[in-house]
Amino acid sequence: MMEMQESPRTPVVMAQLSWFFGIATIVKLLLIPSYHSTDLEVHRHWLAITHSLPLSQWYTDETSEWTLDYPPFFAYLERFLSMFAHLIDPQIVHLHHGLNYKANSAIYFQRMSVIVSDLFLLYGVYRSTLALASLKRNLIWLLVIWSPGLLIVDHLHFQYNGFLFGWLLLSLSFLAQGRDVMGGFLFAVLLCFKHLFAVAAPVYFVYLLRHYCRGGLVRGFARLSVMGAIVVAVFVAAYGPFVYHGQIQEVIRRMFPFGRGLCHAYWAPNFWVFYIMLDKGIAFLLRKFGFNIPAPVASFTGGLVGDASPFAILPRVTPLTTFIMVLLALLPCLFRTWKDPRPRLIVRSVAYAYTCGFLFGWHVHEKASLHFSIPLAIVAVESLEDAKHYFLLSIGNASPLLSLC
Amino acid sequence: MKKKGEIKKVKKVKDKVNDGQDDDPWWWLVQEGIRPSFLCISLFALLVRVAVGLHPYSGARTPPKFGDYEAQRHWMEITLNLPPKDWYRNSSVNDLSYWGLDYPPLTAYQSYVHGVFLKTFDPDSVALFTSRGYESYLGKLLMRWTVLSSDVLIFFPAVLYFVLVYRSMRFGMGQNSDVAWHIAMILLNPCLILIDHGHFQYNCISLGLTIAAIAAALSQKDLVASVLYCLALNHKQMSAYFAPAFFGYLLGKCLRKKNPLLEVTKLGLMVIGTFAVVWWPYLQSKDAALAVLSRLAPFERGIYEDYVANFWCTSSVLVKWKKLYSTQSLRIFSLAATLITCLPSMVQQILAPSSKGFLYALLNTSFSFYLFSFQVHEKSILLPLLPLTLLALEESRSILWLTHFAMFSMFPLLHRDKLVLAYMALYALFILVYFAPCGPSGRCHGTKTLDNTQKTKRSVDFITSITFHPLLMGFLGLCSLILHVIYLTMHPPNKYPFLFEAVIMLICFSQFVLFTFYFNSKQWMLSKHLTSKDKQKKLI
Repeated sequence: MMEMQESPRTPVVMAQLSWFFGIATIVKLLLIPSYHSTDLEVHRHWLAITHSLPLSQWYTDETSEWTLDYPPFFAYLERFLSMFAHLIDPQIVHLHHGLNYKANSAIYFQRMSVIVSDLFLLYGVYRSTLALASLKRNLIWLLVIWSPGLLIVDHLHFQYNGFLFGWLLLSLSFLAQGRDVMGGFLFAVLLCFKHLFAVAAPVYFVYLLRHYCRGGLVRGFARLSVMGAIVVAVFVAAYGPFVYHGQIQEVIRRMFPFGRGLCHAYWAPNFWVFYIMLDKGIAFLLRKFGFNIPAPVASFTGGLVGDASPFAILPRVTPLTTFIMVLLALLPCLFRTWKDPRPRLIVRSVAYAYTCGFLFGWHVHEKASLHFSIPLAIVAVESLEDAKHYFLLSIGNASPLLSLC
Repeated sequence: MKKKGEIKKVKKVKDKVNDGQDDDPWWWLVQEGIRPSFLCISLFALLVRVAVGLHPYSGARTPPKFGDYEAQRHWMEITLNLPPKDWYRNSSVNDLSYWGLDYPPLTAYQSYVHGVFLKTFDPDSVALFTSRGYESYLGKLLMRWTVLSSDVLIFFPAVLYFVLVYRSMRFGMGQNSDVAWHIAMILLNPCLILIDHGHFQYNCISLGLTIAAIAAALSQKDLVASVLYCLALNHKQMSAYFAPAFFGYLLGKCLRKKNPLLEVTKLGLMVIGTFAVVWWPYLQSKDAALAVLSRLAPFERGIYEDYVANFWCTSSVLVKWKKLYSTQSLRIFSLAATLITCLPSMVQQILAPSSKGFLYALLNTSFSFYLFSFQVHEKSILLPLLPLTLLALEESRSILWLTHFAMFSMFPLLHRDKLVLAYMALYALFILVYFAPCGPSGRCHGTKTLDNTQKTKRSVDFITSITFHPLLMGFLGLCSLILHVIYLTMHPPNKYPFLFEAVIMLICFSQFVLFTFYFNSKQWMLSKHLTSKDKQKKLI
């Protein structure tokens, strides 16, 4: 995979991939009038915020409960989309009149924006499979482009994951080719679109440090500075304007809403579910034995709970605990990447990192299971064992998605 | 949803060694044979149908008459709450002027079964009287499910049966991926999906029974074929479009057997028996049977309705048929015209019955009926399209072109139903499937296409060259594209409110007529081909 084979068959490959993508697009088009979650209104409101307010108020506005909580690049994207939305129907981007606006124009525009933004996914998949044999390439296309999970989350539930995974796959394809600078740059951009992808940042850091910044102290340091400068530049482009307006604290507070509780309203099937069940079980037993155990004040699944502890017996889980747990779970992978930073293994490591984040993270959405199942699809064609793992995981994570529909 | 990717992937690395298949993008779909690939394609076809079901149905929220959806629901209401003898009779409890039942008894039974299903989950939706114009989310869901289940239980298995029979007929001609393409062309026919799952009808049942009958006839099970075809006929009287072809083919085969009279008697008994069973509740008295019959033939509705691309409607631009002649004489005209135009293909099948000829005969007779019979709807184009999709591998050029015009001829109807999005999506799906990479029309192998028009003789070449003339095709394609846009964006002049419909009708009619000539000549060339081969054999 190190060298890209730019064969004359490239246009044929692109045509075939576009065909698969076209079929998926048709299903997406047919799904336009289907059910959608409140995320449609969330994103519509973000269009309105970014269109009607100056940049300095994007992260402070409280017109609706759906405040902007994605990083700045995503806000810029919404700003870009809102220009077209304004042309189609000004009410979509109106801060007050647009609230809960459910006209066809709004729904069609937003659905179409997701469908079009999936072109990034198309390119990401294309680039990461270009060097593979035709059979493997085909299978990856099927698994990613026709992924039922992505279809449900993006085109029924409503989100822009296809677009974001496009960036991730693009970044991974550059790393797999050995073009580390480009890979690092794209990952930094991705982080500024959606910070949930940061779970893989330690893996990226260790990998780039060991694979890119090598070749002696001087050369290594020079390369480290280059990479650092690039990442810093990306972050400055994203957050600079907000620092300039003195808004950076608001931005950070919105992006990390730790007040939201350990589990999301819909439970993700992760480690904390067992922890909570254990807590309930012990409390139940102790009550049977005559201990007076007060019932917890807060519930687990309330979307916006306060600071009260939801646990009866077991120690309370704080965001810091989850953070440490994730890092601990990542350690073996980081260690291995440190010892043996091979481009062949990077996709696998990143997928592993997202699995850890899913299992131990704070306030994890069930949708986050896509974070590992999409990159894992690329690994799945390498051997039969990988395929089995992928199969189990994807069956496992398709079921919680049911609750979204 | 699209689980097929996941199901497939386990098998994938099993034999990597298979390097010969390396460039085939369909290896994952077709490597296990016809049945698994049929399963995958039908799952996808099901997904598409479910997705189309999300869109509006005909007459949604348009009181007082609503549309076909309300008609079907009303039939469920009537059949569920009244005894069979009252189903077709006007009475104080059954107002026939409000969507009275006008399909044969099998449709009524099907409505009854579906009515029971609806009643279990949503009794209000089929309550007598009070449910008129009943519309709810649950009601729509249940109704969509009845169509989906009919499709899966009748149409899909029938297609599998046909494909297996057809495949065995062609002796390994064509690869597995061609078969998969053929299945996709039948199952993903945009017109059928739009009418059944968008507009709302149960064509899948009668067409499914017809396909099963065709498959049975092709595999020499003539008695089964006649029963199945009678069932189709008893579900929708429009299935009579295929009657001359069935008649010709089965009779032609009987005549070649040892004891023709016995064979014909057997077939006749099967037909009479099937009819007797289906019509049983109405055979008690002559009046009852006649009452049903008069419901089935709505002559009072005139020779055509709306703007349908058939002969009577199109020529009425010049000749005002309805004013010049009485309904009585128009009935005779249309009957005569239909029979005369059917005659060549029927006679050809009686003289030289052959499998391929039978499929062409089905196509030709259904086109004659569509063009010349009494009271034709836009939706009736589904019937000629069915044998055409069955012939997809032989007629790969025609199917692209005719599906285009069939869709186009239904565009005003679907536009009224607010199905434009589904229309465009399914049209694109059809084009994509048609030009699938490495499919019969994808040509990535760089080998011959299966369209064997090149092989036929010179006299056909003349018609072929007109039908497929690149200039004509380009011009009409451009016209229809522009008309789509005009129809969607502009208002017709006040003086001619149906101007666009009329233009669409003219264009489609011209193509349908051209193709009718083309297919008729192809059918006759087949028998010439055969006879010359026979002669050669005899000489040898």
